[in-house]
Amino acid sequence: MPMPYYVSPEQMMQDKAEYAKKGIAKGRSIIAMEYVDGVLLTADNPSASLHKVSEIYDNIAFAGAGKYSEFENLRKAGIRHADLKGFMYSREDVTGRSLANGYSQSLGTIFSQEIKPLEVEILVVQVGGNDHPNEIYRISFDGSIIDEKNVAVIGGKAEAVQGALKETGSQSPPTLESALNLCVSALERTTNLKLSSEGLEAAVLDRNRPGRKFRRLSIDDMRRLLAG
Amino acid sequence: MKLPYLPNHDDSSFFDFISTHHPGLMLSGQGGVSSMSVATTDQGRQGGNLSMPHATTVLAIKYRGGVVIAGDRRATEGFQIADRRIEKVFKIDEWSAMAIAGAAGPCIEMAKLFQTELEHYEKLEGMPLSCEGKANKLGQMVKANLPLAVQGLVVMPLYVGYDLKRAEGRIFKYDLAGGRYEESDYHAIGSGGKDARNTMREHFRRHLSQEDALKLALTALYNAADDDVGTGGPDLVRGIYPTAKCVDAQGITDVADDAIRSAYDGLIATRRSREA
Repeated sequence: MPMPYYVSPEQMMQDKAEYAKKGIAKGRSIIAMEYVDGVLLTADNPSASLHKVSEIYDNIAFAGAGKYSEFENLRKAGIRHADLKGFMYSREDVTGRSLANGYSQSLGTIFSQEIKPLEVEILVVQVGGNDHPNEIYRISFDGSIIDEKNVAVIGGKAEAVQGALKETGSQSPPTLESALNLCVSALERTTNLKLSSEGLEAAVLDRNRPGRKFRRLSIDDMRRLLAG
Repeated sequence: MKLPYLPNHDDSSFFDFISTHHPGLMLSGQGGVSSMSVATTDQGRQGGNLSMPHATTVLAIKYRGGVVIAGDRRATEGFQIADRRIEKVFKIDEWSAMAIAGAAGPCIEMAKLFQTELEHYEKLEGMPLSCEGKANKLGQMVKANLPLAVQGLVVMPLYVGYDLKRAEGRIFKYDLAGGRYEESDYHAIGSGGKDARNTMREHFRRHLSQEDALKLALTALYNAADDDVGTGGPDLVRGIYPTAKCVDAQGITDVADDAIRSAYDGLIATRRSREA
């Protein structure tokens, strides 16, 4: 009887990681940036209906880069988790931290146990109210979770975009208008393409809104903010 | 794809999701009817024998461009008043509201479940349900409650929504088996529902202004409270008044307490002058 090939665990993990990274880098970038009233999420996304950024709960948003079918599943699972928790306990008991932990556990388990890892990188963003700081969690394909401050980038040429943002970034949080302009110029510089409002997807978690804080920016909104 | 820590399921209904995976959270508890249902059926039919907060008047009236929904504030337990400030009119989402009659606990829980259901659908699908779709979903939830209703825990909703496509307000009533019927002008349910309907029948006209519709709603509630022990009128000593919400093209708005109080002040002054 033939013996199965031996592959060392290190080699196997490395192969999986390379495979996942390649898939994620093929896509386009998404930026989460804190601004004065909350957090802005900007994605380079030519589709008007297949969203990369969406609402999870009152003050929590989700962004996914990589394979659409895979992060869409994660998004739905997150909404179920949040709605169930909010129904069982109370709306204020739904936190970005517990959601990010759930995602991290799921992605980590899939990465180590399944043959094919998920080719996704996701952001869980929670806007803080009453002097609580905002929370931005970046979760990678292997379940590693990073607590980001001020700005986070996933997908595509994430490091290049991060670099471009660092050059122009300031210490105090920008207004919505300048935050959107910063994000768009960083995306344009790394892709060498002029991005029109139609090719962008943007949404905010605005702490001044009553109830559900998530709001998509319409094409008109974006045009106005980018022209100003 | 299976997510070990955030298990995924297929459809967009929160109600279906918890009834399959978390039946303990449902109104009917672990899997519905128990063996005691037969024993309590007769008692349930007699209604008043069960010591459950009960009895109500809630109503809805259409006006030009929208619909007003209002309810009294009294909950009773047998011959006792269980609560003087209970809220029977609930905002469900930006474009709809529901009022309830029946056993207070399950009623409030159904309103909460229905709110979650609609928000859940909207987030998963990326767009809200249609007005008709929401009304049908509520019918299914009432139907699922039938085993409990037989035991006496009746939940009877009155649902109003603004139909964005048709650009008009709509009123839906239900029966215990989940049957859903649309009302064209006005409706009232609860122990004082008949009294409120009598008032509305006399004074309702098509295309009322919002102000007149609200006044009619408050008058109907006042008359219902006059004739029905289960319905609370305005409590002038404690300052407790019925609550009302309006649903129209601008979305849902609460009618301010001051507006309701001044409407009742006028109404009571008229009635008092009649007695003199």
